[in-house]
Amino acid sequence: MPGEDRDRDWQIGKVHRKVDAMERMRGITRYTDDLKLPGMLHAKILRSPHPHAKILSIDTSAAEAMPGVFGVVTGQDFRIPYGIIPWTPDENALAVDKVCHVGDGVACVAAVDEDTAIAAIAAIKVEYEELRAFYDPEEALANRDRELTINPYARKGNLSKHVVLEFGDVEGSLEGADLVVAGDYFFEGTTHGAIEPHCAVAQVEPNGILTVWSATQVSHYLHRELSKVLEIPPHQIRVIQPPLGGAFGGKSEPFDLEFCVAKLALVCGRPVKLLYTREEVFYSHRGRHPMKMKYRTGFTKEGKITGVSAKTILDGGAYSSFGLVTTYYSGQLLCAPYDFGSYRFESTRAYTNKPACGPKRGHGSVQPRFAIEIQLDKAAVALGIDPIELRRRNDIGSDSVTVNEFRVGSNGFQECLTRVETASGWQERRPSLPYGQGLGVAGSTYISGTNYPIYPNEMPQAAVQICLDRSGRARVFSGANDIGQGSNTMLAVIVSEELGLPLDDIRVLSADTDLCPVDLGAYSSRITLMVGNACLNAAQKLRRKVCEAVAKRWEIPRKRVVLAKRMALDLENPERNVSSAEAFAWAEADNGLLGEVGSYNTPKDRHGDYRGGTIGASPAYSFTAHLAEVDVDPETGLVDVKTIWVAHDCGKALSKRIVEGQIEGSTYMGFGEALMEQHIVDPEHRGVHTGPNLLDYRMPTFLDTPTIDAMIVEAADANGPYGAKEAGEGPLHSSIPAIANAIYDAVGIRLDTLPFSPPKVLAAIEERQRRVEAGELPPHKAERTARRSA
Amino acid sequence: MTQAALLLTMKVNGDPVEVAAPAHWTLLEVLRYKLDLIGSKQGCDKGDCGACTVQIDGVPALACLTLAIQAEGRSVTTVEGLSLGQGPGRVHPLLDAFDRYDAAQCGFCTPGILMAAESLVRERRAPVTRDEAAAALAGNLCRCTGYTKILDAVVDASEQILANVAKGGAGEPSTSEGEVSDAR
Repeated sequence: MPGEDRDRDWQIGKVHRKVDAMERMRGITRYTDDLKLPGMLHAKILRSPHPHAKILSIDTSAAEAMPGVFGVVTGQDFRIPYGIIPWTPDENALAVDKVCHVGDGVACVAAVDEDTAIAAIAAIKVEYEELRAFYDPEEALANRDRELTINPYARKGNLSKHVVLEFGDVEGSLEGADLVVAGDYFFEGTTHGAIEPHCAVAQVEPNGILTVWSATQVSHYLHRELSKVLEIPPHQIRVIQPPLGGAFGGKSEPFDLEFCVAKLALVCGRPVKLLYTREEVFYSHRGRHPMKMKYRTGFTKEGKITGVSAKTILDGGAYSSFGLVTTYYSGQLLCAPYDFGSYRFESTRAYTNKPACGPKRGHGSVQPRFAIEIQLDKAAVALGIDPIELRRRNDIGSDSVTVNEFRVGSNGFQECLTRVETASGWQERRPSLPYGQGLGVAGSTYISGTNYPIYPNEMPQAAVQICLDRSGRARVFSGANDIGQGSNTMLAVIVSEELGLPLDDIRVLSADTDLCPVDLGAYSSRITLMVGNACLNAAQKLRRKVCEAVAKRWEIPRKRVVLAKRMALDLENPERNVSSAEAFAWAEADNGLLGEVGSYNTPKDRHGDYRGGTIGASPAYSFTAHLAEVDVDPETGLVDVKTIWVAHDCGKALSKRIVEGQIEGSTYMGFGEALMEQHIVDPEHRGVHTGPNLLDYRMPTFLDTPTIDAMIVEAADANGPYGAKEAGEGPLHSSIPAIANAIYDAVGIRLDTLPFSPPKVLAAIEERQRRVEAGELPPHKAERTARRSA
Repeated sequence: MTQAALLLTMKVNGDPVEVAAPAHWTLLEVLRYKLDLIGSKQGCDKGDCGACTVQIDGVPALACLTLAIQAEGRSVTTVEGLSLGQGPGRVHPLLDAFDRYDAAQCGFCTPGILMAAESLVRERRAPVTRDEAAAALAGNLCRCTGYTKILDAVVDASEQILANVAKGGAGEPSTSEGEVSDAR
């Protein structure tokens, strides 16, 4: 695997202080909203109060006449549509002829300060003709009235994307099964909730160069779309991503504010900033799609899966966003960690008059994972097989091929199961837990980047440039977006390992399209594997040059020179050493200025040979097992998650504590989705969000969050740098069904609809109780006879 | 828009400050826009997230819900105040512990959490427990960490501060190298 020829680990897998954390903590780091430019104006967007309406006219004259107002733009200034997926350019920076959801941008004002801009947008007169709004995806799909087609770029009614793929004889395998588990599941939509709201600043220089600073996780795609919409060639645009205050997929495509500040900076000749309010963040959304899922799964009496049939409706909201990919992912990413002989999925994404859904951590695959893991749990109960054992029996294993023809390399799933089983005391404790307490398990897998980029091209998927200087330091230039996940530190660790420098001597410059090589961005868990490989490639070239120069002067073979601890050493005689600075100076004397570039491209032999067969294929897959312990109060329906044990196979942890942090943060986020979070608009209130703030949208606090016991499993993958795979998204998935399955173990109810709020849990408990009393069901774990008889 | 400005006098991070600001401005606006103390963050602007937490006369307060005029004549400490007068190798034990435990991922909520945590760990007789820390920080949202490493860091810093006091120091700042010193 890449990195295998290294001499020894002196940094890989250790605990590191992040290269940029101290500055962030001291309050010195400038995030986008912390930027201040001379003469800077502040912009605000006027947003639609209607879920679905034609725009008949917009009168901006009163706003333009206000003192302190410098410029106003509307949809007419942005007639070129864009979309993060090149095949679905179905949105405009501001609404052109119609609005498609409450919160759709209509006009934008730049003024001397925010108060003036707010007053000015209130002075804009918009005449609307309201249209019937659709909130239910199936109703939207049934619509045949072209007048009521939500998205004007939709080709057919309100259908956004439809995918059907079939592998093997599913119906036959279900007919021949000893047990068929059928279930209907609903995953309510959730949102990202990064604490930093979206923000962008733009400035135009006299030579016409437009600079846009944005809190984005995809600076390259933003660069492309700005160029397209504003009709400015890419070389005249510079996109800079300042340090980012969290993203989780919520900043992974262009938003209205970036186009607006750029256009207004051009119009006004002054720098312009726009900071979303928290409410605007909720309406911009691009969060997890609500999915209605119908599953049938066949099993042999030994618990082996024979086939899976899935039918899914995705509620897409008003725009495509990444929806084409989401629709594929909802089926394509289900085919590990379990081996099944046949599979059919049909996924249909509808446009609705709601904020657009998009990618949230675990894009498109968290919802089906919820469904399948409960299906497995139901089968385990029906067949009398331990749920962990049932999962073991279906493990697809390493170096395998999934039913949809994806090649899986390393696979640590069995070890993940064993680790959570042991740590939780599953075998000893589970049989004796009383009514109200339970343990539940679930497993999952995720991609480490996608094999194909969003827009087709033959160029590398990742590239890194490294320079060394004679003071013994390294500079790393990378287009990758550090969104708080620690990717800058990951690059520094690799350079440190290869060149023997401490992290303090390495400066990482990232996500500036003028200074850094192109990188596609922080999404689909691609950075460690792809950018890490590119960085390793460049660092190894430099290491060879430095070792060569030292070996020449010591008159020993190059292989004997080791770079570590700010020195070059003779492996056979460590007494003989020179400082890194001196070694670099020797190499610079021999080679000229020391700089190398490294590239990475994905293997092209790991996907299926069918239409859509590349979508979801990855160089390497991570694996996860979650095991949750819950305490359910049958009187109130309150679910108290005590502990979640989670074991995650990340291939190789390049930096141990950062990986643990990703596992903990993912598990926490899944926990919040299981019990608390709901991103919904209210049809009774004309499509207004039910609580677009951080109090009503309930994210877990310090007091809500369970103890999370994160364990790292390392099944090194041949495609990853030092064997590394992803850790940022996989460990969210099975957190949710593990809690669902634990609730079943505690009180015998199946919750197939998220989130597991107290009223829902209580209603299910009471319904079960009623059926027990009617003799339709046996009591679950000597069901609180105490309560009813008391 | 022209608005009546007020002339405010307060202490910020120990220094006397005189600043003119519109009467309706919050303390957060004055800190960020007038004094360029950008460490206090605006996450929600309505008191829900805690990212703007500062201390007023040593007590944690939400700067986004505090009118600037309410801080008139009082002493305001922001996250920048935790790093004042601390040269190379000397860093506040809380910052050091957060750094060692990777308790800040994106770091956007961290200044607010540090200011809430500082008032908890200050002048203690016994180290802070995890439960105490969770209760004291429940008004601060973090979306990255799942809170685990923050609790680790706060408990560790509290122990560190007590150990420094026992050694005759003032409790802060520390020169803790911690377990990661080898890897640097």
